[in-house]
Amino acid sequence: MTQAAVPGDAADAGAGAIAVRPVVAEDLPRVIELDRRNTGVAKPDYWRDLYARYADPGRSRYFLVADVEGALAGFVIGEVRAWEFGSEPCGWVFAIQVKPEARQHHVGTALVDAIGERFRRAGVGKIRTMLRRNDHVIMAFFRSQGMMAGPFIQLEKDLDDQVLRAAPGAARR
Amino acid sequence: MKLQKATRFGLYAALELARDPDRHLSAGEIAEKYDISTNHLAKVLRVLGRANLIESVRGAGGGYHFSGNARRVTLLDVIRLFEDVGGGMRRREPGADTQIGRGLRVVLAEIDDIALATLRSITLRTLLDLVQRQRAAAQAAPVRPPEGAGAQE
Repeated sequence: MTQAAVPGDAADAGAGAIAVRPVVAEDLPRVIELDRRNTGVAKPDYWRDLYARYADPGRSRYFLVADVEGALAGFVIGEVRAWEFGSEPCGWVFAIQVKPEARQHHVGTALVDAIGERFRRAGVGKIRTMLRRNDHVIMAFFRSQGMMAGPFIQLEKDLDDQVLRAAPGAARR
Repeated sequence: MKLQKATRFGLYAALELARDPDRHLSAGEIAEKYDISTNHLAKVLRVLGRANLIESVRGAGGGYHFSGNARRVTLLDVIRLFEDVGGGMRRREPGADTQIGRGLRVVLAEIDDIALATLRSITLRTLLDLVQRQRAAAQAAPVRPPEGAGAQE
């Protein structure tokens, strides 16, 4: 699921120039802080782990940040995945966040464009993401980027019953 | 999903006017473009006006123009002016509170949930952008020869 926090979509000019580049180690504290501000939960270990696995684009994995006037304003993470669920190779975006004060200034659009271009260069022609159905703002953002419902649908079920049945000693109860 | 006639007319009018907020169109001009009843459309336009999505200007060069925020107003916002969507199967309907009825309600609620999320996520601007992309794609597509033309080669 997309770790999302309201990318800015469009509208106002007036923002400084947006520069999108690969993440570097010095960005990590700002990424962690941005996520903490957006979600209310600090998860430094999670972001350090993602940095370790996605900072090197060698395996079609991308961790990009957007700077506005020299300050980190947002980031996006994604990778090319192939043949999961029978899908041909496609680019997955699974995290995108923009600083609240930088929203509505094209930062989210610049990040999606930049990772889309890298996916294209990696040879895939489709970009995909997953998000909560009730997250109206982020869904509206991805819609504004031209994204539509794809051919897959996510299904799930609670495993509580099975967990209880499989628990040691459950058969004796 | 089938929308009521008034809802479709409302979407046509709101989207047509949102294409260019500076442009004024009469009810007759919109009705002619979409091949719909001018009288019915006039009633629909009054509803859009009461919702502050459009304004009418009298006199020469007058007509209706879009006065909402196309980047904020969603398809669901317009639809809800005319009908209740996502009603699913109500508990009070005959059979709805039986075991089978309750099962059906779960499935119908799932469908409603997806439909509402979709309609809520698409602003008028996003839909107009989609229309633009469709038009560009159609123009870029190679022209197919009429059926049977290839047989003469």
